[in-house]
Order: sequence, then C-alpha cells, then structure tokens
Amino acid sequence: MNRNLILGGALACFFVLAALVSFVWTPFDYTAMNIPEKFQRPNAVHWLGTDHFGRDIFSMIMVGARTSIAVALVAVSIGIAIGVPLGLTAAARKGGWIDEIIMRGNDLVFAFPSLVIAILITAVFGPGAINAIIAIGIFNVPVFARITRGAALSLWEREFIMAARVAGKSAARISWEHILPNVMNLLIVQGTIQFSLAILAEAGLSYIGLGAQPPIPSWGRMLADAQTLVAIAPHLAMIPGIAIILTVLGLNLMGDGLRDLLDPRLRVART
Amino acid sequence: MLRYSLKRLLSLIISLVIASLVIFAVIEVAPGDPASFMLGVNAQPDTVAALRTELGLDVPKWQRYLTWVGGMVQGEFGTSYTYRTPVTQMVADRLVVSLPLALYALTLSTLIAFPAGIYAAARRGKAGDVAVMGATQLGVAVPNFWFAMMMVLIFAINLRWFSAGGFAGWDKGFLLAMKSLTLPAISLALPQAAILARVMRSALLDILGEDFMRTARAKGLSRRQALWRHGVRNAMIPVLTILGLQFSFLLAGAIIIENVFYLPGLGRLVFQAISSRDLIVVESVVMLLVFAVITVNFVVDLAYAAVDPRLRART
Repeated sequence: MNRNLILGGALACFFVLAALVSFVWTPFDYTAMNIPEKFQRPNAVHWLGTDHFGRDIFSMIMVGARTSIAVALVAVSIGIAIGVPLGLTAAARKGGWIDEIIMRGNDLVFAFPSLVIAILITAVFGPGAINAIIAIGIFNVPVFARITRGAALSLWEREFIMAARVAGKSAARISWEHILPNVMNLLIVQGTIQFSLAILAEAGLSYIGLGAQPPIPSWGRMLADAQTLVAIAPHLAMIPGIAIILTVLGLNLMGDGLRDLLDPRLRVART
Repeated sequence: MLRYSLKRLLSLIISLVIASLVIFAVIEVAPGDPASFMLGVNAQPDTVAALRTELGLDVPKWQRYLTWVGGMVQGEFGTSYTYRTPVTQMVADRLVVSLPLALYALTLSTLIAFPAGIYAAARRGKAGDVAVMGATQLGVAVPNFWFAMMMVLIFAINLRWFSAGGFAGWDKGFLLAMKSLTLPAISLALPQAAILARVMRSALLDILGEDFMRTARAKGLSRRQALWRHGVRNAMIPVLTILGLQFSFLLAGAIIIENVFYLPGLGRLVFQAISSRDLIVVESVVMLLVFAVITVNFVVDLAYAAVDPRLRART
C-alpha cells in the first residue's frame, strides 16, 4: 500500500463518513437558529463555532458534505454513464463517421466550461442542486469519452482482441466483454480525479448562487454567506474552505495512489 | 501547413455554428416572455404585444436566430431588454475589466508555473521537487474564490495594502487599475499555476528520458544545459495545450472571482441579466465565452502544428 492512497483514502473516507452520519445524527439541528450564541469561535460545545444566526458550524459542515458528495457523485456518474459508451463506440468505429461525430460532439461540449453550462441552465430553469448536477455531468461526458476512446484504441490492436474478432464476436460484445474490463483501472483513477473536480465545481456554483439553494447547507453557500462577515468572524470563511481543500486533496492523493497501485508500469517508470 | 490550417478553420466555423444553435435553442426553451416580465403582471395585452414587436420577439424563431447570428458577425449583439442599450456596448464596457483580468492571471500563472515546474523536474526526487509537488498538490485543491476571500482578509482588511473590492477604472491611471486587478488576478492564477507547474514537470521528465537528451549529455552538455537548451523547448507542446485550455478556464473563472471583488466585468453582467431575465444579454455573453474557448483552442492547434510538423502530417 502506498502513502498517497492511505492518506488520501483516510481524508476522503472521513468526509464520506461525516456525510453518512449526518443522515442520522448531527451535534445540533443545522437549521436551528440561536441568536444569543452567534459568532462563537470554536469551543467545547460548538466544536467549530457558530455562524451569524447561531447555527452550529460543525453540523452544517456535516450536512454540507452530504450535498457536495451527492452532487459530485451523481454528476460523475452521468459523465461515466454517457461518456464511456460513447468512447467505446468511437473506438470500435475508429475513423468512421460515427467516430467523427462523437469526437466532434465532444470537442463542442468541451467548449462549454461547466460554469457556462450552469449559467445557461439557470437562465432557463432557475438555480438548484439538480441543475448543478446536470451542468457538471455534461462537462464530464467528453472527459470520459476521450479517455475511454484513447485507451480502447490501443487495445483494439492487441492479439486477444484479434482472437475475439476471429471467433466471430461483434464489436459491441468485444467492447463490453474485453475492452471495458481492461480500461476499468484507468476509469477508476480518472473517476477519482473528476470527483474531486466536481466537488470544487459544486462549491463554485453554490457560492455564486447557481447550486444548492437554502435551507440545504452546502460548503459553497456557507462561503457566500461568510463573505460579508469575513472581517468580524474569519472562521466562518475558513472552516468550509478547509473542508473543501481537505476533501479535494484527499481525493487527488487517492487518485495518485490508485494510479500507482493499478498501473504498475507507471510505478516502474516513475521511480 | 495551409491545407491543415484550412481544415482547422472549417472545423472552427462548424463548431461555432453548432454552438450558436445550441445556445439559441436552450435560451428559446426558457419559460416566460421577456416582454411580459419587463412590464409586470398588470400590463395590458396590447402594451405587451407592442413591446414584443419592438424587441423583435414576434418574428419566427429561425428568423430571430439568423438576425442574432448575422448581427454578431457584424459585431451587433442586439438591444438589452432591461437597459434598452446596445448589448455590444455593455459587453465592451465589461470586457475592459474581464479580459485584462484573465490575461493578467495567465501571465502570473505562467511566471509562477514555468520556473516551479522546471525547478522540480531538474531536482527530481530531491527535497526541492517534493516541496514544489506538495505545494502544487495543495494549490490544485484550493477553490480560487476561497483563496480570494483569504487574500481580502489578509491584504485588504488586515494589512490594508489593497482595496477589498471594486475597480478603479482605466481612466484613473494604468497603475491604479492594475492594482485593483492584482488580488483578483493572483487568486485566479494560483490554482492554475499549480496545474501548469505539474504539467511542465511531467512533460520535462518525459523528455529527459528521450534519446536526444542522452545525445546532448554525451556531447558534453551538463544536465542543466541539456535541460534548458533541449528539454524545455520540447516540453512546450503539452504545456501550450494546457495554457490554451487555461485561458478559457480563466475567462470563466473570472466570472466567479469578479463576484468576490465586486468587479464590473462580464460575470456580474451575466448574473444581473439572469436575475432580470435579460436573455439576450445572457445569450450573447455565453456565445462570446464559447467563441473565446473555441478560437483560443484553434490558435493553439495552429501554434503547435507550426512547432511540430508531425501533427500536420497526422491529420
């Protein structure tokens, strides 16, 4: 086991656990206002202090983890569910018009940064967590399509695929039974990296008001609320930021660790 | 090279046409009529109809699309529903903030990333490399708007070196205007610099294993001389690609950062337009951003085809 994987995995698991536990328990009710106790610094009762309404920040961070992780998870799943079949199809039809259409379509989607997609969707349907998921999800599709196509193309030249073709298997069956399992490692590593990027994107969208809406707590929303109060209560801005950084850092380290673990060639090349 | 350029140009035009169709189609789906929204719930139907005619909303959709695209080609984005002023003027007023901000950030990001990446590659595995890589790992994880808030806290509120927000305006002098863009540019640049430094380092490390680097060393060049004369130049291809991609991210990222610093750029314009349902402004700003992304990538493609003849042959 490598250090990156252990440290990154531990950080990521900590926040996933916090998110899961928040379904059944938080130290305080995250919506309960308690004005006399507002702006408290971290202390024995409120471990991470309280905000301008006297709400417990630790509880809000736990529930915010839920929002961040749920949005990122669904968005990346959309990217995988659409992007991977597209990439496999493009590779199976390399050089043909299907490949060309898929790849040009990918280039087009790439020209829309997730923030721009979110702006478009919000202009039409209004802000919300679902729209953030769609925006980040759409942005992830070409990422997975490209990486799957790239990896699949080299596999199509290999002997075991030739053997499967000689045996009379269809391109779709070869893609499903032989190509997909062989690109899975790559997809796991990329999935971890995209997951961390999705957490950052969700935070950004919530911060500018295009993501999760109140009363659902989200880390980006907490930062937006803290912005005007940063001079009198800096901890309001610091804590959600540190939560985002630790989660993203954990996922990135985990991605690096997984890459080393799943792709031994890379480990040899690196050392 | 000419054939390659023409092929890329054709692909650029097709991408722009499809992108404009997608943007127009999405905005057309938007519920609510801008004319009714502008006049409020108590407006008389004939007043709404008159405003619809004035805004050009009563003509068929395909005709509106052609008018919109045709106008854009000539630099005319139409008239804002809310402010009744030309959108081109509104966009131009905001672009003088957003564009310099993105360029300032790109310059800073390059100035930080190149030396850091080269330094780390040259000291691979040593303490310097580990420190730079650790810093970049952290830099990639930091949300730029949070970093911006921390900069405001330290440099504007505590140290009072900069103002916490707002834009002085170019008419108040170049230095003053640049000063008000400095904290936003640093906030935008740092996470991008972290990514760029990592790309620079890994591109250089790939190059260091090449035969021509061994030849360079065999000729008697020191490791450092070989790195600078042959390594850095060859590592530029992947670095250029990322740099092109980063420009579009910086332009989009500027939308968020403008919010932190209350800068009157494209980002604030688009949010005001969303809340007042000024859809023609949203449409035009989004098209402009997508145009920038597609065009910058086109230029990067041409740039590295010029640098690396193998890329021309492949397509």
